[in-house]
Amino acid sequence: MKDVTFGQYYNATSFVHKMDARVKILLSIAYIVAVFLVKEFHFYGFLVAFLFIVLTTIFSKVPFFSVLRSVKGILFFVIFSAVLQIFFNTAGEVVFSWKFITITDGGLLKAGFIVCRIMMIVMGTALLTLTTTPVELADGIESLLSPLKLIKFPVHEFALIMSIALRFIPTLMEETDRIIKAQKARGADFESGNLIKRAKAMVPILIPLLVSSFRRADELADAMDARCYSGAKGRTKYKKQRITYRDIIGFLVLAGLIVGIVFLNGVL
Amino acid sequence: MKVIEVKNLCYSYGNGREVIKNLNLEIEKGEFVAIIGHNGSGKSTFAKLLNALFTPNNGEVLIDGLNTKDKNSIYEIRKKVGVVFQNPDNQLVASIVEDDVAFGPENIGVKREEIEERINFALSAVNMQEFRKKTPTKLSGGQKQRIAIAGVLAIKPEILVLDESTAMLDPRGRKEIIDIVKDLNEKGMTVILITHYMEEVVNADRVIVLTEGEKVLEGTPREVFKKKEELKKAGLSLPPATILADKLREKGVDICEVLTPEELKEELCKLFVKI
Amino acid sequence: MQIVCKNLTFTYGKDKRIQVDAVKNLSLTIEEGEFFGIIGETGSGKSTFIQQLNGLIKPTTSDELKVGEFDLLDKKCDYKKLRSKVGMVFQYPEYQLFAESVFEDVAFGLKNFEKLNEKEIEEMVRSAIEIVGLDYEKIKDKSPFDLSGGQKRRVAIAGVLVTKPEVLILDEPASGLDPEGKEQLLELLHKIHNSFVKTIIMVSHDMNMVVEHCTKIALFNKGEIYSTGKPFVVFEKLDNLEKVGLEQPLTGYLKKELEKKKVSVDTDLTVDDFVEKIVEKIKK
Repeated sequence: MKDVTFGQYYNATSFVHKMDARVKILLSIAYIVAVFLVKEFHFYGFLVAFLFIVLTTIFSKVPFFSVLRSVKGILFFVIFSAVLQIFFNTAGEVVFSWKFITITDGGLLKAGFIVCRIMMIVMGTALLTLTTTPVELADGIESLLSPLKLIKFPVHEFALIMSIALRFIPTLMEETDRIIKAQKARGADFESGNLIKRAKAMVPILIPLLVSSFRRADELADAMDARCYSGAKGRTKYKKQRITYRDIIGFLVLAGLIVGIVFLNGVL
Repeated sequence: MKVIEVKNLCYSYGNGREVIKNLNLEIEKGEFVAIIGHNGSGKSTFAKLLNALFTPNNGEVLIDGLNTKDKNSIYEIRKKVGVVFQNPDNQLVASIVEDDVAFGPENIGVKREEIEERINFALSAVNMQEFRKKTPTKLSGGQKQRIAIAGVLAIKPEILVLDESTAMLDPRGRKEIIDIVKDLNEKGMTVILITHYMEEVVNADRVIVLTEGEKVLEGTPREVFKKKEELKKAGLSLPPATILADKLREKGVDICEVLTPEELKEELCKLFVKI
Repeated sequence: MQIVCKNLTFTYGKDKRIQVDAVKNLSLTIEEGEFFGIIGETGSGKSTFIQQLNGLIKPTTSDELKVGEFDLLDKKCDYKKLRSKVGMVFQYPEYQLFAESVFEDVAFGLKNFEKLNEKEIEEMVRSAIEIVGLDYEKIKDKSPFDLSGGQKRRVAIAGVLVTKPEVLILDEPASGLDPEGKEQLLELLHKIHNSFVKTIIMVSHDMNMVVEHCTKIALFNKGEIYSTGKPFVVFEKLDNLEKVGLEQPLTGYLKKELEKKKVSVDTDLTVDDFVEKIVEKIKK
């Protein structure tokens, strides 16, 4: 449980780390679009995307292992989608048939395609969170959303809530781990029984967790008040983000990626 | 010069329970005051009354002449009174040390270049410069609490209040915090230390004992720790060295009142030199 | 129940960036009847060690790990039964309270472990609540969240004592308590140590408390046992406690300082014994 990469910033000084968070967010969105642009079964497109991931990882000084690990968190989801395709997609020729199970080459191809797509997207977004601190991320989103202020959307509050949520993920993980152990020590059993029984077994974990989250929220609010927090008004920002040559290079590389994918879609 | 004046202060929670009863006290600039009391004696409530997180039901709290009841002064008061709380995990807002320390200065609208200076100053005051780019979740309890102190110092308060800030730390972490606080006090900071570790109190200029929201004892550590009966009634004890010296005296050993292990050591050495 | 572990090693994950608090090649025997103290600075492996004693975490490698008749390395080990015999009180145990009433919360462990009828359950819950010094009739129907901090801690401890464990493990049981609360807690520990609880294992940072109450201690340093034995022996051997991140207890400090002045005090480091020995010395 402690292995979740989400929100776990990898501290390093690198080309990618130094890029403007707003640019990185926009590029991530563009990257996701690019991955979706890959035409069905044109696996070369993923190869290009993967090349992009590898290059970015090298320039970010993040160990490739950390990027790969991000996939682990959604492994179940990946396998689930693949299984769904393999067993229920009946397009193409039958390659295997036993009783009611029929597997077709179309299903296998589609499964492979979906797995590749999910993995590329997850690794790309993991690179964003690994190289951007939650505060930068929140500031970036705040800045990108700032036009929404015109329609009275509380952009600053929204960004702050997000960065605090990210900050507390590891703390709450640890706490959950501790509560689970404490209740296990009192004989709680989370593994056996039917679904209802298991759901009921969660109560001794969820209630203490809820109580403690409220307590933490209360104390945090006091601590923020004590440090003169009073909303966005009159607030300055320590970290100002500035577009540099790095960001332009980022844009160019990504534009290259999209062109490459579109080109491959047409050719093959 | 008085920086804090508390006059006939009364405070009760929504359910009507009186937590602070008719409290009067004054604190001088540069003073180091320790406040002790058992759990639920109202000492943490008092901390929150000092920076206008709570406002008195009756009586008043004046910080540098500013009344905490005056809504327009709240901001100024919080700039002057920095409060560090008990659980370090629940007072850090950011995932990077320097961003967290910057939070206070950002709130009061300090310019970017000056925030940079303030981060340097605050982190060096707590001796944590090397952790500037680190994630607080990976630090020890004592280190996290030092970051919390730095976050408060970056606002440049005149008064530092520690509301049981050592309670959740191991002995090493506690010592680090107390050393920092002593150092800040020597440099002129007014310090209010709320604790129930008796050995931390010996550093203070003045000790105030609270029981059920009332001030029951007040004086220098030496004076307060002489009143053993009253302390016991307040659910408190004495510093370990004082207890040991008392036991020796009960057995007829001729020994002075002591507060710290070092003093007790001196006393014992004197005894054996005589023999 | 005797606790034996031989060459116990536990490693957390593979990622070196995650703070490691592992144990290496640890061998230790804790006899029945001890009030055993475990000391060492934060991150020295204390918590990792105690959590292996009731199977909350399993050793990466080990030659032997037995608690009484339970062999924890045996795949068929009955962990539920083991956990009813080896009670574990975590640091700040009040944070694990969850039920609607004190009664329900204390009964939680009991209902998990055994099939008992209502009357038996009530009997055992009553005795657990009474042994921690609370008034059963007054408190049983209250919500645990309405209690004071000290009461919450007692209720949480009652929730562990309710199965009448023979071994009780406590992680920093006194943290956050005021002096009076701390004193009462230690009284409680001695009271139960003289009844159904045979062995107490206590992790603590408070050296004064450890020398005063523990029959034996183990000093952990970087995941290994630095030394073990009677408290005064462990502290005697340590000239440089700073190295292991600890301080001498008050009496240990005074003893060492007096030795520098060529005065030797032959004491077990409890306050009363120290006072007695000093008085004897002076009379001579």
